[in-house]
Amino acid sequence: MTSSFGDSGRSGPLDEEELVDILEERRRSSDLGHALRTFSPHPYKGAPTCSAADLNKAVLESQHLHYITKEVAMETGATVEEVREEASGILEEMSQNLQLGFIRLMGYPLSKVSKKLFRSIFVNMEGLNRLQQAVQENPVILMPNHRSYFDFLVISYIMFTYDIPVPVIAAGIPLAGMKLVGRILRRSGAFFIRRAIGSDKLYWAVLSEYVKTIVRRGFAPMEFYVEGLRSRTLKSLTPKLGMMNMVLEPFFKGEVFDITLVPISLSYDRVLEESLLAHELLGAPKPKESTTGLLKATKVLQEDYGSMFVNFGRPLSVRDLCQDKINRCQYNLIPRDLPQKPTAEAQACVSWLAHLVVRIQEEGSVISPWSLMASLLLQAPTAVLTEEGLPWHRLTEKTLWLRRLALDFGARLNWPGGVPDSNVMQSNLVLHRSVAQRKTGRVYLVREDEPARKHLISPEEDAHRTAAAVLMMASYRNQCLHIFVRPAMLATAIHITKSGQKDELSTFFCFLQDIFSNEFIFIPGRSSQDFEEACFLLKKSGAVHISQEEVTVLDAGLEVLSFLQALLQPFIESYQVVFRYLCENGPHSFSEKQIIPALRDWTTKLILSGELHTYEALSSDTQKNVLSALRRLEIVTKSRASEQNEFGVNREAVKRIGDILSGKIPPQSLHPTPLARL
Amino acid sequence: MASNSSGGGGEGGSSDRQRIAQQRLRIIAGHLQRPADDGLIVLAAECKGQNNKTEASSEGRTVPRRRQEIMKWNGWGYSDSKFLFNKKGQAEFTGKRYRLSGMIMPALKDWFEGTFGASLQHKTPATPVLTSSAVQPPTLNEAFVEELKSTGISFSHNAEDRVFRAHGHCLHEIFALREGKFGRVPDMVVWPNCHNDVVKIVELACKHNVCLMPYGGGTSVSSALECPPEETRSIVSLDTSQMNRILWIDEKNLTAHVEAGIVGQDLERLLNESGYCTGHEPDSMEFSSLGGWVATRASGMKKNIYGNIEDLVVHIKMVTPRGVIEKSCQGPRMSTGPDIHHFIMGSEGTLGVVTEVTMKIRPVPEYQKYGSVVFPNFEQGVACLREVAKQRCAPASIRLMDNEQFKFGHALKPQVSSIFTSFLEGLKKLYITKFKGFDPNRLCVATLLFEGDREKVLQHEKQVYDIAAKFGGLAAGEDNGQRGYMLTFVIAYLRDLGMDYYVIGESFETSVPWDRVLDICRNVKARIVRECKDKGVQFPPLSTCRVTQTYDAGACVYFYFAFNYRGLSDPVHAYEQVEHAAREEILANGGSLSHHHGVGKLRKEWMRETVSNVGMGMLKSVKEYVDPQNIFGNRNLL
Repeated sequence: MTSSFGDSGRSGPLDEEELVDILEERRRSSDLGHALRTFSPHPYKGAPTCSAADLNKAVLESQHLHYITKEVAMETGATVEEVREEASGILEEMSQNLQLGFIRLMGYPLSKVSKKLFRSIFVNMEGLNRLQQAVQENPVILMPNHRSYFDFLVISYIMFTYDIPVPVIAAGIPLAGMKLVGRILRRSGAFFIRRAIGSDKLYWAVLSEYVKTIVRRGFAPMEFYVEGLRSRTLKSLTPKLGMMNMVLEPFFKGEVFDITLVPISLSYDRVLEESLLAHELLGAPKPKESTTGLLKATKVLQEDYGSMFVNFGRPLSVRDLCQDKINRCQYNLIPRDLPQKPTAEAQACVSWLAHLVVRIQEEGSVISPWSLMASLLLQAPTAVLTEEGLPWHRLTEKTLWLRRLALDFGARLNWPGGVPDSNVMQSNLVLHRSVAQRKTGRVYLVREDEPARKHLISPEEDAHRTAAAVLMMASYRNQCLHIFVRPAMLATAIHITKSGQKDELSTFFCFLQDIFSNEFIFIPGRSSQDFEEACFLLKKSGAVHISQEEVTVLDAGLEVLSFLQALLQPFIESYQVVFRYLCENGPHSFSEKQIIPALRDWTTKLILSGELHTYEALSSDTQKNVLSALRRLEIVTKSRASEQNEFGVNREAVKRIGDILSGKIPPQSLHPTPLARL
Repeated sequence: MASNSSGGGGEGGSSDRQRIAQQRLRIIAGHLQRPADDGLIVLAAECKGQNNKTEASSEGRTVPRRRQEIMKWNGWGYSDSKFLFNKKGQAEFTGKRYRLSGMIMPALKDWFEGTFGASLQHKTPATPVLTSSAVQPPTLNEAFVEELKSTGISFSHNAEDRVFRAHGHCLHEIFALREGKFGRVPDMVVWPNCHNDVVKIVELACKHNVCLMPYGGGTSVSSALECPPEETRSIVSLDTSQMNRILWIDEKNLTAHVEAGIVGQDLERLLNESGYCTGHEPDSMEFSSLGGWVATRASGMKKNIYGNIEDLVVHIKMVTPRGVIEKSCQGPRMSTGPDIHHFIMGSEGTLGVVTEVTMKIRPVPEYQKYGSVVFPNFEQGVACLREVAKQRCAPASIRLMDNEQFKFGHALKPQVSSIFTSFLEGLKKLYITKFKGFDPNRLCVATLLFEGDREKVLQHEKQVYDIAAKFGGLAAGEDNGQRGYMLTFVIAYLRDLGMDYYVIGESFETSVPWDRVLDICRNVKARIVRECKDKGVQFPPLSTCRVTQTYDAGACVYFYFAFNYRGLSDPVHAYEQVEHAAREEILANGGSLSHHHGVGKLRKEWMRETVSNVGMGMLKSVKEYVDPQNIFGNRNLL
């Protein structure tokens, strides 16, 4: 009963699947030959090709844009002509200019770089074959997760190699600003979207018409990251719904018969940007995307990044999935070209689908042995890891134990066969020597070298150095969290409520889901299935016995339960820290810009004073998630008075949540209104 | 009441009708008395006398009381007309009534086998004769029967008579008949001769609490004539076919007052003899009746000139359990609250029986011309129709067939006698596909019918062809146009042929705003294909459509679908599921529940969402007031 949605990623060991290493062929034959190969895709049957100019023309001449142009002109006092000019400018900045020649041009260096970086790039051929079929039948949306800049062109590269139409790709505008690279990406099919569009009506209109026209015409698959951003924690991000809305609307409005969503899971043994990401989480500014920056990154090329896995999930029919979820008649009474605010029903449906896709991405991703090892290492106190180290034999023993549990829970584990297990773990450790190292039979957390500076390093800086190492390791643990999170929440519920009553546990389980639904991916409306799944898995692993109404902990299950509970512990502690801050020290109102640094300072102090042991609490990502959760629960609210994003806090409510989370008071409804989740 | 169904007499009928009219002119002449100059032609005034109630009284009329004398009991239309594959495996159409009668269609077999994966070896013949013993014995309300006898109105409880009036022409109805299965059928049939007869029948029905179901031409395709199985009272089918006279023609105001049981072809023929026509030509006009048109809000092929039934009707008389409803004058338009005609039109026999109707008439047009245009693809064709509608220059009829129907039309071409003609055909094909670069698997054809005085028709024709040219359309000749309209009336006969070889099918329609026409066509066709696959249909279905009417704000779209059901244990159920899904798809794409077939019982489940709760309540309260005992208990619509 592991929740395999649409059998996307088949769970279980990988060796049952046909994975093909696309680099193998590249190592044997000419890269130039590959770049110049005959490309003969079977395109979507209903669609003639559509040049970039045709596409732009269709967008500019659409009724939708005519309407908005007039409206904006009225509102701003500009002439319709001026607004049209502006729209045309936006479109120019945005639009892709896909040309096969540039795919070829990119193909050559991409082959070279890939071979340099990775030992292999594995692709599931079955998924690729299904995709090849799907692109002929309906407009296809490719939905990869986003873990690295390398994600960006790898899918186009694979499509080109296997004669599937090359996608147009939604990208962030900073990429467009890079000299030369921006141009190349544009011609490789990227179109660029501004961050923080806010309430720019004209921009929204141009963007949504552009996206919808691509979907309606179906001349090429469209690729976009439903998570919106690269995940800095390697954990799936809560899906963003704006783009998803635009993509689905042509189906809702009957402009296409169906839309096929293809979740794609990209998994890296080792992520190129690992240390960069950890530092960003600690508040270091994200380096600006620039071509020189890219060139500097060439030192990255000297390292070994293991293997990469690309798993093409089973194509999902939006029509089938939405069957009982949306009444398409709601679009009958207003011209379809006019902008229409999505109804609550439509929003709920879009959100559900987006979450579903992310869950399938999770299920399709490949777990490395290192991810299991990192999970175990992090359960040791940080001081132990940096000072004394963990005995190697103890780690290997526990890792093998955890491997069984992970497989029980349906993980797609990449554990090579035919090699002694200890060698597998050893080579994983070597691959990740930037994070952990083995010395004299013990494993230590590796902190970055102290910057060669004159003055002494401050305690705060030192703590951040440790935190960076912990966060780096945590990101690899995060790769496997989705396997464990449901049973872990049940284990936590058992631990905190000290109850065996199923309904009580279920209530607490739902409370945890409510709190953590910005942290982990839960499909809306599935809490009871999630709870059942958690019960089933714990029972399967022999940790508990489950009767009609009760959950009984078995002695043999203590190891499993304590591992699971410890897995969630850093998150609970991090959340409690923020709660405490808001209740005790924080101002009554704040802006997001102020509060994150303030929180970081305060957390650092707690760590230095020895009150807090969880370095993960320093992660700005987690802190932002807590704030988002509180906003969702309307405990933190936007204050109306101020123009900027000022927020007010309901301290009492925050305290109540903290008390429930620590088991002091029983869970109660957190929702201000029953409709709050819609 | 009957609705106009998918089959029946388009153009092919029209010349035949004229021929038949000539033959019978002698007989009919007796009925006609042309008064000198008062502009009023009184054709009949009193109720036909009881003594005159022999078969001879319906001479000159198409429909006899005993329908079985000329019509099939388990298929469409006349007994003498049907498609069959002869010993050589060639398709032919029997009888003498239609243009296609007696002809051989050499291409049909290949098209049929190719399209459906059917084979002439795999036959599914129908039960040959109607076995009366298989029909439930009638439940008679003795008191009602006794009193009815005393009125002298003729009636019957003969099994054949009853079975004929127990169904329309939905697929499941015909399929059951072919298998010799009869469900609940009316317990008796009555044949009123005039309005007053109907008043008496309705009074008696109320007095004795029997259920009345009006029956006109029997061409319903909405399960409207199916007896509700839960009805425990005696069900009496009220057959209006003998109320078939034109009572007067008013040449000053150009109206005719007609009994509602007259069928379309008789009405047009009789009016033609006086130099007039109504111009109302639904595809089923050979058999469907005036009362049925009113009761279902029918639409005619030439509505662009003459209007739909609601535009044609000036006055209606309906007998209800509460009494007779009618307006007091014949003003061409009134502002007197909601138009009571609109309670009657579309009431589908749930409120009463329409007995007499005053209709607009027009002089028979001087000139008629068919035409056709080939478009490179359906999208261009729809764009052209939209432009024609925008410029409000639609010909009497303009219809756009999709590629599948275009091919179907070709399969129905009769054998060409001269090598020269086939050579010419070949040249034309070469010109369109090779020279003009049209893809034979994408091109589609629009058929046109122009009507009026000669000069204006030619001018109009040029205007339409000029618009067509802007959308890449090429004029493709009168023949193709004429054949297109012929397809309309033979398709119902063709379904019977299909059913002899494991192929079942049906058509259904909708109306939809212009901007959604292409989307609805694509989505519904695709949905049909997908649903067939899901329901286990082993062969790809025929799923095709055409745009049959244009309006200012939208169009009427017809879908046809058919499939080979070999390998299915319950083909009718699978068929019904597919049709249901297709209707859901239509509604989800902004199409209406029906453009002119009506709701009946087949589409009842969607009424509430179609007209809203309040709308439903309004309709129900009218029913409650007019017919509190539910005497008109066919349970259609609501």
